This record gives sequence, C-alpha cells and structure tokens, in this order.
Amino acid sequence: MESAALPVNRSKGAAPSFLGQLLGFNVIWAVAFAIVGYIVAHWLGGKIGANIAAEQNPGGTDQDDIAILLGLFGSIIGWMLGLGFFNYPLKRMLGRAPSLHEGVDSSTWRYFRLCTDHKVVAMQYLVATLFFFFVAGLNAMFIRTELTSSNATLFPAGNYLTLVGLHGTMMLTMMSAGVIGPLGNWLVPIMIGSRRMAFPRIESLTMWLTVLAGFVLLSATLLGGFPTGWTGYAPLADQARAGIDSYLVSFLLIGIALVLVGINILVTVVTLRAPGMTWNRLPIFVWAMVTTSILAVLAAPVLAAALYMVMSDRSIESTFFISSSGGSPLLWDELFWFFGHPEVYILALPGFGIVLEILPVFARKPLWGYRMAVAGMFGVALMSFMVWQHHLFMSGINANLRPFYMFTTELISIPTGLIFLNGFGTLWKAKIRFTVPMLFCLAFFFNFLIGGLSGVFLSDVTSDVVTHGSFFVMAHFHYTIMGGLVFALMGGIYYWLPKMTGYTINQALGKLHFWTMFIFFNLTFFPLFAAGMLGMPRRVSSYNASLHTLNVFVSIMAFCLGLSMLIFLGNLVWSLVLKRERASDNPWHSKSLEWQIPTPVPSYNFEQIPTITGDPYGYGLPEAPVVDFGRRGAVAAGEAGA
Amino acid sequence: MSIAPEKVGRDEPHHGRNIAIIWAIATAIMVPVIIWVVGPHIPPGSLTDDTRAQHAVDVVLTALSIPLLMLVWVYLGYAVINFRADPASGTIVDGPPLRSNTRIQATWLIVSAVLVVGLAAYGTVDLLTENGAGGGQGSNPLAKPSDARSALQVQVIGQQWLWTFRYPGYGGVETAQLVLPVNREIEFHVTSLDVVHSFWAIELGVKADAVPGADNIAYVKIFRKGSFQVRCDELCGLWHGHMNTTGHIVSGSAFNSWIHATVTKYAAVTKYLPPYSLTYYPIPTRNAT
Repeated sequence: MESAALPVNRSKGAAPSFLGQLLGFNVIWAVAFAIVGYIVAHWLGGKIGANIAAEQNPGGTDQDDIAILLGLFGSIIGWMLGLGFFNYPLKRMLGRAPSLHEGVDSSTWRYFRLCTDHKVVAMQYLVATLFFFFVAGLNAMFIRTELTSSNATLFPAGNYLTLVGLHGTMMLTMMSAGVIGPLGNWLVPIMIGSRRMAFPRIESLTMWLTVLAGFVLLSATLLGGFPTGWTGYAPLADQARAGIDSYLVSFLLIGIALVLVGINILVTVVTLRAPGMTWNRLPIFVWAMVTTSILAVLAAPVLAAALYMVMSDRSIESTFFISSSGGSPLLWDELFWFFGHPEVYILALPGFGIVLEILPVFARKPLWGYRMAVAGMFGVALMSFMVWQHHLFMSGINANLRPFYMFTTELISIPTGLIFLNGFGTLWKAKIRFTVPMLFCLAFFFNFLIGGLSGVFLSDVTSDVVTHGSFFVMAHFHYTIMGGLVFALMGGIYYWLPKMTGYTINQALGKLHFWTMFIFFNLTFFPLFAAGMLGMPRRVSSYNASLHTLNVFVSIMAFCLGLSMLIFLGNLVWSLVLKRERASDNPWHSKSLEWQIPTPVPSYNFEQIPTITGDPYGYGLPEAPVVDFGRRGAVAAGEAGA
Repeated sequence: MSIAPEKVGRDEPHHGRNIAIIWAIATAIMVPVIIWVVGPHIPPGSLTDDTRAQHAVDVVLTALSIPLLMLVWVYLGYAVINFRADPASGTIVDGPPLRSNTRIQATWLIVSAVLVVGLAAYGTVDLLTENGAGGGQGSNPLAKPSDARSALQVQVIGQQWLWTFRYPGYGGVETAQLVLPVNREIEFHVTSLDVVHSFWAIELGVKADAVPGADNIAYVKIFRKGSFQVRCDELCGLWHGHMNTTGHIVSGSAFNSWIHATVTKYAAVTKYLPPYSLTYYPIPTRNAT
C-alpha cells in the first residue's frame, strides 16, 4: 500500500526564517490576493454587465450582480493563489517533481498555510469551525434579544432577517464541517492505521475553502444583507438585494468543500487501511464518517446546481424560478430539500459515530450490536434521499404523494432507533465512569429522543398542518442538531482534545459547562414546541402578544445557554493556554488505536504501519490485543520528541 | 491504576425485570395524564373540523410517544444509578463482554416496524377522511369533503406584505377583510403575486403555501362564531413577521349581508380588477425587448 511506501518525514527540516515564512505562501497573502481578486473581477464584471443589467431588469435585483458574483469568484481564485494551491499543478505542468510534503515543519506558521499534515489541517478546521460557531451563536443571542419584545424594536427589519439568515446558514454550513473537518480529518487516518489522508492537498483545500465560505457569508452584511434565511427560497432570492450573492457563493463553497472532503474520506478509508483493518474491525466513528461522506458526495452537487441556477437568474437573467416566464418557485423547493434533507443527516450521523465510539470506553464494555449500528447508519444514509418532500407537505406540490413521504419519513426512524438500541446494549451492566465526554454522550440520548419524537408529529401530515413552518419545527431541529450533534461534538472535543493538543482539559470546568449547557439547552428549546403550536411562525420579529411571557423566559434561558458556551471557551483557554498540563498517552484507558500511540502524536503517526489484530472494543476480555506495532515499543514517547 | 476483569458469581439483581416494572408503572401513570389532563389543552382547539382532526392526532401521538419516552428515560436513569463504576476502588473494572443478541435486535426491529407501519396507515386514513385536515392540497385535491360542490370558494392572495381575499361566487370582489360563514364548507384557493408565502389561519387549523403561478386548495368547516388570526408562515422578505390580519366568522345571514354590502361598496373598483383567475401574473418581471 502506498501509505506504507510513503517515507517517514522525520527530519522536521530547518524551518525557514521568520521573513522567509512571511514572504512564502500563507493566509496573509491569501487575504491580500482575495481582495485584489475581488476588485479586478468586479471591475471586469462591471464592464461585461454594463449593457445587460440596466436594460433587462427594471426594479428587480441590484444591477451589478454580475460584477459582484464575478468579484466573489475572483476572490476565491486570489485566496487559493495566496495560499499556494496552484503551486502543485503548476509544478506538474512544468515537469518539475513536486514535493510529497508541503508546509510540514515545526513552526507555528504551518497553521496559517497549506499543510499536508492531516493533524494540522484538523486543528485548523477545529479553530475555524468553532470561531464561526461562536459568531453564529452570537447572532442567536441577538435574535433572542429582539424576541424579548412582541414587536420589532431593536433591529430594523432587514437587519433582523440578515441575523436570522446568518445564524442559520453559518450554523448549518459550519456544523456540516464541524465534525468531519476536525475530528474526521484527525481521527480517520489514525484510526485506520494510515500516515495521511488519500489527498492531503485536497484536504487542506477543503479547510481553506470552508474558512473562505465563512467570511464570504459574513460579507453579506457589507452588501445589504439577505432576507431569505438559510433556505434561500426563490423567487425571494431572485428579488433580494446584493447580499444574497454572498450567501449563494458561500453556500456553493461549502458544497464544493463537502464533496471534496467526502471523496477524500471515502478514498482514504477504502485504500489506506492498515493490514488487518478489515471492514469488521473499522471503528464505528469511521463508519459514521463513511456514511456522512456518501451523503455529502451525493447531495451537495444538487445544492451546487440549484445555487448556480439562482446565480444565473440573478445575473444573466435566466428564469429558472420566475413563474411568469415559465420557471417554477417549486423547483427551488424541490432541489433545495433534495439536498437539504440528506444535509440534516450529514449533521446527525457524525454525532451517532462520536457517541457510539465514546460510550464503550466509559462503559468498559464492547460496542453492543456493531453490525446493526453500521447497518443503521447506511439505512439512514440511503433513506435520507427519499424523504425530502415532507418539507413541502403544505406547498401543494403533488399533494397526493404526501402519504408516501409520510411513510418514508416514519420509516427512517427505524434505522435511527437502532442507535438507541446500540447505546442501551452497551450500557447494560456496564461500569460507567462519569467523565465529561460520557456525560455529553448520555445527554445526547436524552435530547435526541425528544428531537426524534417531535419529528413523528411533523411527519404526520395532519399534525404537520399545525406545526409546519412554526417554532415547533425550529425547536425540533435544534433538539436534533444542537441537542444531538453539538452535544456529541462537545463530548468528542473533551474526549479527543487531550490527544490532539497534548494537554488535558479541565474536568471540573468541563462538568460545569456540561450541566449548564444541558439544563439551559432544554429550558431554551422545550418551551418553543409550545410557542409553535400556539401560532408563532419562524423568522418573525413580531408575534402575538399572548406569547410574550413565554418568549421572555426563553430569551433569558438562551442567554444562560450563551454563558455556558463562554464557560466552554474559558475552559479551552484555561486548559490549553493558562494552566497547561501534559496529557498522558492514554488517559481514558481506551483500547482504540489512536490512544496506543504517543502524545503528542508525531507528524508521521506510526513508525511502522501497524498490524491490526482486533476491533477497538475488546473490553471485558483480559488483554485483548488490538494492534501490533511490529517493533513493539519502538514508537515510544521519548523518541517522538526527537 | 490497573485494569481488572469483573468479579463474577455475585448475586445480580434482576435488572431487566426492575426496568420493566418501573417502565410499566411510569407509563400507566403518564398515558392517562396525557390523554385526560394535558390532552384537552393541546392546541389548536375545537373551532373547526380541521382543528378537531389535528387535536385528535396530536393527543394520539403524544400518548403513543409516552411509552417510548419512558423507556429511554427509565433505562437511562436506571443505568446511570445501577451500572456505575466504583470510583473509590482505584482499579478500572470491565463490564461483561456482551456483543449482541439476535433475539433482542429482532424484537426491536419488529416492534419499531409495526409502530411505523401503523403510524403511516393511521396518518394516511386520517388525511383522507379529514379532507386533507386543512393542509394545502395543490390544485387537484384527493381528499375532498362530500359537500365540496356547494362550498364557499374564497381565494387567498398573498403579496409582500399583505393578504387580500376574493370571493369568485360574488363577482370576484376583492377585499382586505376575511369574513367567513359558520357551518358551511369553505374551499380556500391560495396563490401569490410575488414570492412564496404561506397562509396560516391559526385558529382554523388551515395552512397552505401561497406560491406564485400555483393554486393551492384547502378545506375547512367552522363550527362557532368568533375571530381568528392569519399569519404568514413562510419567510417572504422584509415584513414577513408583520404580514398578518384578523379574520371573522359570522352567521350565514350576517355573511350574506356583509358580502352584498361589500360587492356594492367595491363595485366601482372591481371592474378594473383582472378577471378572477386561479393564478395571476400582475407585473411583468421581464422586459421582452
């Protein structure tokens, strides 16, 4: 296998001088070139669009959409140029031998540029997605502040909708990358016994495209905001002002990044598994990444196509979604939700994987029903492509198909329910240790159950008439995505960060973070089921005065939830910056492969490619061997520091 | 810290039996509470045939979800209390190396499959017998009420950011007021002039997306006089949250006198309106030249 042939790059190489690093390809140049790229392409677009737009689109969208869209694409090219993503293809075209490793040295600069070390990319991902997670969370705080009054008072209507759209789009996009990016890229190669991902440069590219997508989305605020929320419904998107162009390009970037990261993970898992890593021994987290990748690869291109249609509607005056010219607004609904429903499982499956991976470690029991868990994940992945019209139960589009989609939607609860059975079986007669990661995993089941059961109400058309498009839906998907994925992600961060960074995370602060987050999460979102049933539509800044007390209560709880997130942030700063304590190689006494190698993990992961001798869940059996490192003990902690 | 295998041979309590008993008691208490204490307060009330159907479904689904909720909560609670490691012992003790159990897995699959098929069948029958339960059914509804032919047709037109209503049976008169008669089948035709809206008559239990170029039909029969809120339920731009109005339900005779007064009042305006149609394209969005 190629990973075995890849030479160990143990000579860290003399890192270039500070000036050399500064003048090389890095994020500073990327920002500069992105701005230059925007200006040049915007000027070009202005020249091209000058004759078209003013003539053909009276009173419609802003007239310089061609210039703005081209400008944004120009900034993508500038960004990639500044980071050095064109070096490799250029070298190849010029017939020069490209280097196998790029940007891998011991300097801090490697975090600010293209780097082919999957662990560096994963850390970049973690910082980036958490940054945007907090930005989007801040938007949620603003939204809840506005909703303390039953009339629009705090923000102008357009700004409020922009906040809603930024919160939704940023959370959805960044959390899609929030597990597969940091944990997927860090863990998958190590868990399968590889030294790298299949396509290290593409891996780095997905990370830097994700960062750019976040900033492009934020640029919507400079272009007048966008009124459509994260769903971007046409023809409202056709009609909206220029801020929506940022939304379109940002979402497109995320779509491309999702496809690439999915292909990368699939190829890595198929081709780079160590000897003995049979499909039956693959850790369940890797299976979750595989199924998530399948969804990303199949669903995101549909989104990209739909976004491209809106872009062309807005710029070159096509009429995909303009009904008076033969287009159809329902076409957008269909395309968007064909992507959108698999997307929510792109957000759910990684959570399943994290929870089922962590549970055996702290239950001290093997993962119960491993094959069933894998089958459940594949069942969810495949069936998620057959349920999208439940988002359109009230739209009037071929309404006679509604019983079919009601059935498929309820059917998907069977593979989802299997995850609960896995959890139950693993907890049966377990020896639970209540560490912070374990608390988050247990809370996952509590929250996700409420999310799942409220989904049954939404799947039933009669009940959905009341709750569709209301705060009930909003509470439902926050229970599944925040209560499910984000809780699992927090568990994963507390569990793996000691390995990833080499420092322990404070458990006392972690427990404080857990309990405040768990309590205030439930107090924030559970009352919103009632708000929805009592007649509060989503994305409004004014609502019926009778719901005022309820909303004030929810807002206060939401602020406390925000404070809980600050405890999390404080804990990271405390544990990783202020009071650093070295983590041991295997603080949780896990049998999984990533804990059998030294902390911090050397850039080559394994001295020799290990031979896998069992699955990582051999708890309860005395000394069940999991891995054979060949020259046992050669990769000792002492040598790793060399 | 050393890792030791579990000591076996101690008397284990019957955990399965204990969990089953606690679950059965909790369920037996909670289900009646849900049906008879909480149930009557579940929205959206009993004003129309649609809300009655929705209320009935919501009570059934809530009652059905209780056993599942209790199963997970009781199991989690029991596991957290009884299946914990002894933190004082200083050694890490492993649990029994159980990996799977075909009988439990098969039972779980069969039970959840039966539940799902039952729910889907119930939902489908309910949808058909309740005339679509107030949801938008598109231009060619499958579930029609028996008296659909004599129904009062009301067209709901959404535009940024207000609702107007046309009564095709009365010369297509258009008003900003929604007045409906009690005890008569009503057939809403929902459409839009610009972007996608959603017509939500909250107390009536009616919800149908207003899509430009499409006709979306929903049925309702109202049982009592009163008023209701109308809100837009699909994000439609700047003043989405303000796109609301209040509708009124009056007796049949009061409705007749109101509609005739309205026809007379707006006669001078109505003739300039485009003729009644299921969809409209009022503003050309493209200049053909």
